[in-house]
Amino acid sequence: MGETMIGEDVHLASAVRADAPPAIVLDKVNKWFGALHVLRDVNLQVATGERVVVCGPSGSGKSTMIRCINRLEQHQEGRILVDGIELSDDLKSLDAIRREVGMVFQSFNLFPHLTVLENCTLAPIWVRRMPKREAEELAMEYLTRVRIPEQAKKYPGQLSGGQQQRVAIARALCMKPKIMLFDEPTSALDPEMIKEVLDTMVMLADTGMTMICVTHEMGFARQVADRVVFMDRGEIVESGTPDRIFNDPQTDRLRLFLSQILRGH
Amino acid sequence: MSATAEPRLSRGGPPKRPLRLSWSDERVRGIVWQVLVVAVILGIVYWLWSNTVHNLEVRRIATGFGFLEREAGLPIGESLIPYEPTDTYLRALTVGVLNTLKVAVIGVVLATILGTLVGIARLSRNWLLSKIAGAYVEVIRDLPLLLQLLFWYTILQGLPGPRQALNPVEGVFLSNRGMKVPALVWESGHSWAVIAFLVGLVITFVYRRAARQRQYADGQPRKVWPVALAALVGLPLAAWAMGGAPWTIDWPALGGFNFRGGTTISPEYFALLIGLVTYTAGFIAEIVRAGILAVNQGQWEAAQALGMRNGEILRKIVLPQALRVIVPPMTSQYLNLTKNSSLAVAIGYQDIVSIANTTLNQTGQAIEGIAIIMLVYLTISLSISLFMNWYNARIALVER
Amino acid sequence: MADTTSNIQLGTAIGGVPGEASAPRNPPVATTGAVAWARQNLFSGWVNTAVTLALGYLLVRWALGFIDWAFVNAVWSVPVVNGQAQTAACRDIKGVGACWAVVTEKHRFILFGTYPFEEHWRPAVVCLLFVGLYIVSAMRRFWNWSLVAIWAATLTLIGVLMWGGIFGLSYVPQERWGGLPITLILSTFGLALAFPLAILVALGRRSRLPAIKVLCVLYVELIRGVPLISLLFMASVMFPLFLPEGMNIDKLLRAQIAITLFAGAYLAEVVRGGLQALPRGQYEAAEALGLSYWQKTGFIILPQALRLVIPPLVNTFIGFFKDTSLVLIIGIFDLLTAGKTAIVEPAWQGFGVEIYVTIGVIYFIFCFAMSKYSQDLERDLNRHRRR
Repeated sequence: MGETMIGEDVHLASAVRADAPPAIVLDKVNKWFGALHVLRDVNLQVATGERVVVCGPSGSGKSTMIRCINRLEQHQEGRILVDGIELSDDLKSLDAIRREVGMVFQSFNLFPHLTVLENCTLAPIWVRRMPKREAEELAMEYLTRVRIPEQAKKYPGQLSGGQQQRVAIARALCMKPKIMLFDEPTSALDPEMIKEVLDTMVMLADTGMTMICVTHEMGFARQVADRVVFMDRGEIVESGTPDRIFNDPQTDRLRLFLSQILRGH
Repeated sequence: MSATAEPRLSRGGPPKRPLRLSWSDERVRGIVWQVLVVAVILGIVYWLWSNTVHNLEVRRIATGFGFLEREAGLPIGESLIPYEPTDTYLRALTVGVLNTLKVAVIGVVLATILGTLVGIARLSRNWLLSKIAGAYVEVIRDLPLLLQLLFWYTILQGLPGPRQALNPVEGVFLSNRGMKVPALVWESGHSWAVIAFLVGLVITFVYRRAARQRQYADGQPRKVWPVALAALVGLPLAAWAMGGAPWTIDWPALGGFNFRGGTTISPEYFALLIGLVTYTAGFIAEIVRAGILAVNQGQWEAAQALGMRNGEILRKIVLPQALRVIVPPMTSQYLNLTKNSSLAVAIGYQDIVSIANTTLNQTGQAIEGIAIIMLVYLTISLSISLFMNWYNARIALVER
Repeated sequence: MADTTSNIQLGTAIGGVPGEASAPRNPPVATTGAVAWARQNLFSGWVNTAVTLALGYLLVRWALGFIDWAFVNAVWSVPVVNGQAQTAACRDIKGVGACWAVVTEKHRFILFGTYPFEEHWRPAVVCLLFVGLYIVSAMRRFWNWSLVAIWAATLTLIGVLMWGGIFGLSYVPQERWGGLPITLILSTFGLALAFPLAILVALGRRSRLPAIKVLCVLYVELIRGVPLISLLFMASVMFPLFLPEGMNIDKLLRAQIAITLFAGAYLAEVVRGGLQALPRGQYEAAEALGLSYWQKTGFIILPQALRLVIPPLVNTFIGFFKDTSLVLIIGIFDLLTAGKTAIVEPAWQGFGVEIYVTIGVIYFIFCFAMSKYSQDLERDLNRHRRR
């Protein structure tokens, strides 16, 4: 699907800054839904500026893992550090983390009763305490970056799926996050709209943003990712450069997964 | 991805975290909020309570339910159990509860029948019929029930006296004293017939299950209705005939200034029943209509494509699905009808509210009187909703 | 439509068949026009025909009878001698004609109760203000925070007009209010006060804090389990016991409190329906942006949830509007009580039907307008949502 649109041989220059402290650390994270063990001893370090793609079959815990990073879900064992702050019941640290971490959802989750512009300015005004005028200028800047400034006065219901997802990206960027999380951002889109969203994400990766992206778009992973993480049944099974993961899988589980993905396309 | 779908259970389960005493701990905040709200509410309740206790002392009002054992001395017009004004308050209140149930149970049955008919009429292909049903629903729902009750009561009171009573059907008299209808003189033969009918019901049920089991076994459908007819009609008739076929009707007749014989339906009860039934039927009609419309047209088509006949489709496919939409709102209409029967007090039908109100006026024990009213209705409401929840759960659609 | 044709053109197997399409023919039986309409909707099959004829006959007979009673044989006014209405003419036609004279004679009393006669313009203006308030609230242009301000201002103005005592208006004690304004006041103030309560309770019922949740559930279920009358009785006989000695609140206010508590429980359930209907993603997106609980609720959740439940809210409001008539039982002078009192006078006894029909028309106008509005709105919102 999507990978044919993006040149597979060109890889973005890495923006990893080895000197800076890691942006995200997951240390033996465990989580249960009731008695169902959905994350098992997950260890992951993401360096500042690193771009990580997470893939794996459905139900493997990828979404749960990134939702734990901004505490939409609460992990129960282990530690999660975001930008040096540990996630806990402490609401102050939670506020700080939510301000630093932007999130893009599979189903966009735009606020349908607010215009595109209001969607983008709401959080900067009320959470970042930014003056309204400044917030609107910032929002227009990001809407221009995702190439839909002309839709600012429209309501989300009037836009196509691809446009909505780009608004959602702009909305997250307006909080000036240090880290962006993408939870299957193209899964709910029609094929012809996937490219416009992926292009936006590539552009974002080009700016050196720290990104964790759950996606099945292997072309995107090859072009952008510094590292691909493969999850299955709540565990991180393999991780490495896109080249190694796709061309030289070490485990049967990954081989099975890759064969299913490739057959699907 | 079948390989990944199987969930694995962990032995330990999620562990607990220690609580930190800090305002930025979510759980601490939660506890503080809850303590605060509960404390405020307890404070208000305590304040009201202490005021009440003080006021009761100052006004020398007795407390407690001791008055229930005292002589009521209040006359009650109609009662399902023997009652004299010299009986206790407890008995008077029991009469009230029974009167409430009398109007509620019959009202629910009649309102369901009328409402279903009107609801189906609204969907009729006959334009005139559907428009008339629609107008009925709209008008009846846009007028206060109390107004309708007063209206019906006024009309019934406007009827001529017993001597000029209307006589629409042989043996039925309508006058401002209420409706007189002939009554069957009950004898043991009738009781036997009723018992036979209940036995017939069990037989039918058992036979139906057995027939279905046998059909599942060999695929041959078996007719149930001949057995049902024999068990439900033949058996009671036989029992009645064996009991001597008693058939004595007590016909009402005008004697002097009033009627003798027959059974009376008091104008108060009659007005309340008409009002409640016509009012609630307006709401039930809408529920039935919505329920039938809610079943997708595709369901009919799919069943027809499978070769089922219309009757079967209605019974096996459409009704079970429509009921699922109908039952929850229907429950609340039944509850509403029961609660609305409390308006009886406005036209002088002696239901629980009316009798408890008289009781609290006579004894001055307002708190106990109102507590009794509320307790009775809470019990009725809870019973109906428990039953309906059970029924609803039984027929609910299983979805993932 | 356009989609299907383009699909057909794309599908080569279907679109590619060469040759001329045959000329369209008329259907064998006419399907348009009045006659065809009547044949389809009134006379299709003998059952349908029989039903139509029977209903038509009954309808015509009933309508003729009603016209005779209400117009042809009706008495519209009677002479008044020494302040005593001479109702002999009405008594003569009892049963065959309506005595609208009772309405002619008593309409001011029914509408405004015992409010001072020369000041009747004040409750009349109040009624108009209420109607205006409803119309403004029905317009989508005002569905934002300015509506709260409009309500506050109008309700204050209504209070000033009814009580008087300032701006040169004479003071009218609350005991003398009556009729339609009381009905409108009880239902509208009840709604305005119950609404914030309902929102808090609905939020509380969905709270993760067990104590708050239990309290809200208890409140809602207890109130919904008992009839309104028992609450009104409570207001009239128990509230005086609750308050410290010497502190007294008048009957109307007590009834208003009971109606507000009652309305709050029902509205809370309606609002909860809206909160539940909102997709989880909306909550998550708001949280991911770092909005606090109250910011999330105020900016994202409530504006959407309330819009979802406007049709059931209007229906609930119609219910309360009708239910306020129950204050008759505790002797508060609303529209229905005023009507019932008007025929207590010996001269007018026995003309209840005419009075109740008149009052019924007033209630019907209000409720029908609201219910039509709610139906149109629902259709509109549904269309909007499907798009």
